[in-house]
Amino acid sequence: MMALILFRTFLTCPDACVFQMVQDPTQFDVLVMPNLYGDILSDLCAGLIGGLGVTPSGNIGANGVAIFESVHGTAPDIAGMDLANPTALLLSAVMMLRHMGLHDHADKIQTACFDTIRDKKVLTKDLGGSAKCSEFTAEICRRVQDLG
Amino acid sequence: MAGNAWRSLLTQAVGVAVRKPALASASFSRGVKTVTMIPGDGIGPEISAAVMKIFEAAKAPITWEERNVTAIKGPGGRWMIPPDAKESMDRSKIGLKGPLKTPIAAGHPSMNLLLRKTFDLYANVRPCVSIEGYKTPYTDVNLVTIRENTEGEYSGIEHMIVDGVVQSIKLITENASRRIAEYAFEYARNNKRTSVTAVHKANIMRMSDGLFLRKCREVAENYKDIKFTEMYLDTVCLNMVQDPTQFDVLVMPNLYGDILSDLCAGLIGGLGVTPSGNIGANGVAIFESVHGTAPDIAGMDLANPTALLLSAVMMLRHMGLHDHADKIQTACFDTIRDKKVLTKDLGGSAKCSEFTAEICRRVQDLDE
Repeated sequence: MMALILFRTFLTCPDACVFQMVQDPTQFDVLVMPNLYGDILSDLCAGLIGGLGVTPSGNIGANGVAIFESVHGTAPDIAGMDLANPTALLLSAVMMLRHMGLHDHADKIQTACFDTIRDKKVLTKDLGGSAKCSEFTAEICRRVQDLG
Repeated sequence: MAGNAWRSLLTQAVGVAVRKPALASASFSRGVKTVTMIPGDGIGPEISAAVMKIFEAAKAPITWEERNVTAIKGPGGRWMIPPDAKESMDRSKIGLKGPLKTPIAAGHPSMNLLLRKTFDLYANVRPCVSIEGYKTPYTDVNLVTIRENTEGEYSGIEHMIVDGVVQSIKLITENASRRIAEYAFEYARNNKRTSVTAVHKANIMRMSDGLFLRKCREVAENYKDIKFTEMYLDTVCLNMVQDPTQFDVLVMPNLYGDILSDLCAGLIGGLGVTPSGNIGANGVAIFESVHGTAPDIAGMDLANPTALLLSAVMMLRHMGLHDHADKIQTACFDTIRDKKVLTKDLGGSAKCSEFTAEICRRVQDLDE
């Protein structure tokens, strides 16, 4: 069976794009662009969904290398205090699983993570709660096992 | 002989007023200032007429000189704006411009580029203020983007090194950087803004953005009353969409300004409500609406004149006519906030003429 993939391509300049982006980002799907515009747009879009604390990222290299990463800082003021939010790194790891073709595991972990955030009962401080990193992590683990 | 001597003495004494009657009547009679009005194409003429009507209702001391700037071929085959338009702008120094369409004729230059080069319009200024009654996901936006408009990434210097490898030159000069920085700080001071933020990527583009940043820092030394900060462009974008209220005046090179000014226009509701001003050398300033000509609704009394009107208000402030500016702006914002008479793009069903009449009525009420 041959799968038919339909795609539409548009060309837009970065100023028109950001203009539309802040008024209605739902009109966009995949955006490809040169270096500087990507620097700008990727941060803009991270801002739209809530910032670098929840944004995943992947870097694809030649020779099949790929490195997935959280793009927030090292947060030295809360390091070692069990207060950090692991969502960005977790979602990057989910991206990594999909890249490796492990979609079932990716879906399970992502669902557990999103359900935890949506339920608002166990949230780290930056997400508006008061839970420790370990408590947030344990909650996601619990849900992952329930989904398993 | 005596008569001649007396005549020349008289001419010397009266001087300018006798030799250049146009200048005299523009500058000295009742303090009325001449503005070159460029209605433009499409909806341009109707929104220009709306603005002139509102100015009349506000009794603004402005006399309009209408001119057409559609490019013509001058001697030597070079494209230029018509001489009478240039003469009017050089004399009045202030222009208000509606949207222009660039003719498709082969080799025809971009009209905006031609105006920019003719008058050395080096600063593009866009105040972005949230309009109460015109809801967007962002409220309380109140910032100004000041974009260097002559060089940077848009110098147009590109070449092919080898097949498949192209190089583009980003030109940053000390003079242009200093000039835009000085304008930004002057603007901040004259408009009682508290801070100026230089937007850059000097961590990556160390020499070009580095030079720009250095000039901003130097100029900041002369404006200790204004807070000066620096921020990377990507960080600005990230923060802008999360909390635009943290920004005040932003100054930046060409490309970043192109992107950021449109981003900010998007935050407050689009080009239909965003004013814009272009500042040139020799005291020239052209204020303009930056939306398109909207040919589909041209001549149908459906256009929204807000963008051109707010640009005209910017113009009044530039000329020091703050009372008239405040009055017209208040009337415009009150009309939009009350939501009773709104053009279609603002969510209503009023005609352009009805919207205009409502603003005129409020302007006159504010007088009483």
